[in-house]
Amino acid sequence: MESILKEISEETLLNEAQAIRAEGYRLIQICATTVKEGGYEILYSFGKGYDEMSIRFHTDGKKPVQSISHIFSPAWLYENEIHDLFGLDVCDMVLDFRGGLYRTSVKAPFAHKEEETK
Amino acid sequence: MGNRSVVPFGPQHPVLPEPIHLDLVLEDEKVVDAIPSIGFIHRGLEKLVDKKDFNEMVYVAERICGICSFGHGFGYCDAVEHIMNIEVPKRADYLRTIFFELSRMHSHILWLGLMADAFGFESLFMDSWRVREKILDMFEAATGGRVIFSIVKIGGMRRDVPNEMLREFLKSLDDIERDLEIIIRTFLNDRAVKGRLCGVGVLTPEQVEELGCCGPYLRGSGIRRDTRKLGYAAYDDIEFDIVTSNDCDTYGRSYVRAMEVLQSISIIRQAIAKIPDGPVDTVVKGFPNGEYMTRIEQPRGEACFYVKASGKKFIDRLRVRTPTFANIPALTQTLRGCDLADVPILVLAIDPCISCTER
Amino acid sequence: MKMSKSPWLLHYDASSCNGCDIEVLASTTPRYDVERFGVINTGNPKHADILVVTGGVNNQTKMVVKQLYSQMPDPKVVIAAGICACDGGIFKECYNVNGGVDTVIPVDIYVPGCAVRPEALIDGVVKAVKLLDEKREAMKNHASCEVHYGNTPAKEVKK
Repeated sequence: MESILKEISEETLLNEAQAIRAEGYRLIQICATTVKEGGYEILYSFGKGYDEMSIRFHTDGKKPVQSISHIFSPAWLYENEIHDLFGLDVCDMVLDFRGGLYRTSVKAPFAHKEEETK
Repeated sequence: MGNRSVVPFGPQHPVLPEPIHLDLVLEDEKVVDAIPSIGFIHRGLEKLVDKKDFNEMVYVAERICGICSFGHGFGYCDAVEHIMNIEVPKRADYLRTIFFELSRMHSHILWLGLMADAFGFESLFMDSWRVREKILDMFEAATGGRVIFSIVKIGGMRRDVPNEMLREFLKSLDDIERDLEIIIRTFLNDRAVKGRLCGVGVLTPEQVEELGCCGPYLRGSGIRRDTRKLGYAAYDDIEFDIVTSNDCDTYGRSYVRAMEVLQSISIIRQAIAKIPDGPVDTVVKGFPNGEYMTRIEQPRGEACFYVKASGKKFIDRLRVRTPTFANIPALTQTLRGCDLADVPILVLAIDPCISCTER
Repeated sequence: MKMSKSPWLLHYDASSCNGCDIEVLASTTPRYDVERFGVINTGNPKHADILVVTGGVNNQTKMVVKQLYSQMPDPKVVIAAGICACDGGIFKECYNVNGGVDTVIPVDIYVPGCAVRPEALIDGVVKAVKLLDEKREAMKNHASCEVHYGNTPAKEVKK
């Protein structure tokens, strides 16, 4: 099994995704993480056979993130999840729930890191 | 063109003990679209990393789901062990493999039972669950718990399972195999069962790859991929073939699950034959610092555990991508164009674990 | 005729991890077989005498639990099965969990355990049927109390 992680910039996301798709990868998951210094990291994992490849970029969350759901069709599920839990805007999703996928009592609960209590 | 109407499916629905919610758009008796929504069991447990330290998170991870509980605990531990460069003792690796496969058996047998219940074969349901109790007995003997047993921890296993008990396991497995033969024969050959399963929810191999499916859903459409072949725990030392079916429908998925139960028995037998003696845990010093993504094969398919930590008692992020979550696009795809009466069968075909999905 | 001869059970998963749910289901299968006591697992709240809730409640399931409870005919008994249903358990600190079932509807019997064991659950059901008979007796003796079917308002219990 091979595992590669590539840091990219937000602007090149669609180009990178296209290239990865052309190589025959499938989407495994998309994961957002809050960064201590501010903003978010978004990690995309792809798989081909047993190999794994990830790309990651940093965003300040002010601009909407480009959707890759027209390149990898199941991406709408993960992108809606990121929108609902992190409050990040994702544009051009194939299927946009507009915040209705997760019904949470707190809006965008993952957007801020809580201060350590212990 | 008939009248369009929207029928809500769930949250309280007899086919599943769990609250799944789908909005079904119907045109007379045909489903034209299905829109899932999440949140009835969403607890937000990934957020608990702020409140529970990295050792306590094992218990939280195990409670992502009560059916594949062991796998979730293991996946989280495996990710943290990789970050902290902990070498787990060989015996612990083998024990993990044994528990993993027992979990797979109990999960698949549970599913066979629920599926039988969904198409109205009550006695098959009861019989499957009767056999499943024998697996729970093994869990109880070894750990004290029936469904959630917290035996895995960072650095190894919480307690050893003596060799005499493992030999007892072998005897129980012989029993289970005998009982299963009848259940599986009925499940795969009965005319009435075939009538409900064959040709329902067809997805071609190209479609399942495109939709990002995993687990028996993938293998039921003829794609040979099983994350266990990555060789985590002791799977490297064990020989097994990937079960696939070329039927590409609900029958194919049932066949894969039924055969995987038998395969698990063979894996456990091999593991018990090869298990070395020795300690089952190592001392864990310090706090994790780094990131890692573990991929494991849960009964329902590939699960990913992403852990990010920065050298503190509390980890920064735990992200679990569960197999049911990955299979939702495929579920909505198979629901389009099906009969309303087939909806429960198609929902069950992904072996939905809503508490996994919503976390 | 005593109701305890054949109490019907309605199970709802408020936000459980599934562990308790499968144990509730397991108690109806051959090993434990509560059906031999006349207990039947039903999907319809209007048929049910005992409501078994697993898992803590959140804002989504609050309404569903209330609705199921109000649809059940009197007398009725509520069992909170598992530690999460009792007080929130390990998920108490989660942002999307409000706490135990008793934050929404009155709970008569608390069954602890993570996950709840079928033996404990059966014990809870046995206690519930006794309570069911008592409640029925009380209803008979109480002249002003009529048997409601369907529209009994759920009383909210403040913590």
